Amino acid sequence: MNAIRRAQLATVVRLELKKNFFRLCGLWVYLLAFAPAFIILMHGIFDRADSHDDDTQVLAVIFQMYYLRVGIFIGCLGIFTRLFRGDVMERSLHYYFLAPIRREVLVLGKWLAGATAASFVFGLGVMTSFLILYLHQRDGMAFLTSAQGVKHFWAYLGVTVLATLGYGSLFLLTGMLFRNPIIPAVVIGSWEAANHILPNLLKKFSVIFYLEPLCPVEMPAERGLIGLFMLPADPLPPWLAVTGLLAFCALVLAYTAYKIREVEISYGTD
Amino acid sequence: MSTQTAIMQPPITAFAGRPESELILFENVSKFYGDVLGVNRVSLQIAPGVTSLVGPNGAGKTTLMNLMTGLIWPTRGRIRVLGSSPSDPEKFFRMVGYCTQFDSFARGVTGYEFIYDTLRLHGMSAADARRRTIDTLERVNMTEASRRKVAGYSKGMRQRIRLGQALAHHPRVLVLDEPLNGLDPMARAECMALFQSLGREGLHVILSSHILHEVDRISDQVVFIQSGYVVAEGNVHGVRDEVTDQPVQILVRSPEPNRLASKLFTQDHVTEAKITDDRRGVLVRTRDSNRFYDLLNRMVVEEGLEVEAVTPADDDVNSVYQYLIGSEGASI
Repeated sequence: MNAIRRAQLATVVRLELKKNFFRLCGLWVYLLAFAPAFIILMHGIFDRADSHDDDTQVLAVIFQMYYLRVGIFIGCLGIFTRLFRGDVMERSLHYYFLAPIRREVLVLGKWLAGATAASFVFGLGVMTSFLILYLHQRDGMAFLTSAQGVKHFWAYLGVTVLATLGYGSLFLLTGMLFRNPIIPAVVIGSWEAANHILPNLLKKFSVIFYLEPLCPVEMPAERGLIGLFMLPADPLPPWLAVTGLLAFCALVLAYTAYKIREVEISYGTD
Repeated sequence: MSTQTAIMQPPITAFAGRPESELILFENVSKFYGDVLGVNRVSLQIAPGVTSLVGPNGAGKTTLMNLMTGLIWPTRGRIRVLGSSPSDPEKFFRMVGYCTQFDSFARGVTGYEFIYDTLRLHGMSAADARRRTIDTLERVNMTEASRRKVAGYSKGMRQRIRLGQALAHHPRVLVLDEPLNGLDPMARAECMALFQSLGREGLHVILSSHILHEVDRISDQVVFIQSGYVVAEGNVHGVRDEVTDQPVQILVRSPEPNRLASKLFTQDHVTEAKITDDRRGVLVRTRDSNRFYDLLNRMVVEEGLEVEAVTPADDDVNSVYQYLIGSEGASI
């Protein structure tokens, strides 16, 4: 990428961050990100634990069931869908389309801006939850400063960033292709939720498939009726999970960049 | 007699000799929105200067402008702007500036930021962008209000800041959709002078406007559009000459109107000769302006007729518009 394109990319990221993320109406994303931290804080104040063992499991469930499947998913839906759909609704997309900037660079810039914002908000939320959970325990500080504690901390943070990249790519694309983002969001959400019961080949076409192996603590095994339908996936080494997810993002972004060339703007009359 | 020279000017379709890199070309361009016609089989060659797109609401003016700038793609045909295409935006939009009818302001942005950010998107350094922004704001007379948020601007101020944005990178082609809307008379006059000076500098200035007498004043060529079809294009005088089913109206100022009128009544190509109310001129309607001018020349040279001025009375944009597009003109 040449110097002019890099400058253009930086400008798009700056404009998008300013336009979309430093605004009061983005507060609901912070609520999504910090709700668990608040609950954990209440739990810490009123129900002080002696050992961190149970809480490590609790955090694993909060992270995988809430953050990955609900919080980050919905947060990315809101943030990334708005990047193109918001411009179309405000009739301002032509601002970019009339600049001497390749549309592919625009896609990348918007994605980077969305990823920066989502990673920052949810990364901060996860870190806060993590720290509050362990700091209120007597031996929590010892765990946090141990090698295992540090490893967990960075693993959660890394998975959070990867989750925003993965879901962000998908919702950037759906925000550009669909007028109503809810329908594709429901389809993607259902697909991700059904990941455990999908055959191995289909599992690979989901974001959660690459994120779960990277989580530092496994979730307790599903029991009951749902457990019967679950198909255990082939174990995926972390390097392959990271590479696979990044390749998935690249594929979705490449398709978005291809499709944006066909986008027309016609919100006027003659 | 200088007006006769103007009548003889060729229409703009005679620019075929110019290289493609100096023209805006539409080659058999059609655009359909599903089953709805946008424009159909448009072929145009637009040379440097001020070109106005004229037509009633829904005629296809904005569609032509959007096609020209790549906001929409033609269903059929080919468009080249100075030899370039919007499919190569990095080259294309360094040459082209488009001031649309629609605001593209991000929330909370100031007038200064709006232009500065545009220039940064062009890849300019911060220092160059700052300098160019200040120059542009002065050019569109928005320096004082530039630090205020655009959301608080009047319609005319928004129009001017959008114009500034389209001009800031010094384009060779400036496309302006209804650029005079919302401007007060003073600002209108300033903008028209600006468009004319840009046209004289060799820029392609393409504009649409509902204000026909202003279009008439500043346009080097006019494109008349109706229902998605280009019905005529070229120098307005040339276009008027092509409208042969409507007699040409010419006003001759002379201290001897009766003598002139009596002579004209004997001519078969003259359908009407009416002495003006001040009795110092004759309004002539003729089906053959060349024969009329020959006759007039003979009367001046051979018979000593005194003539003060000869002015075409219906080769302005408004008259041609009425002839070509008719009563729909009332809607513009």
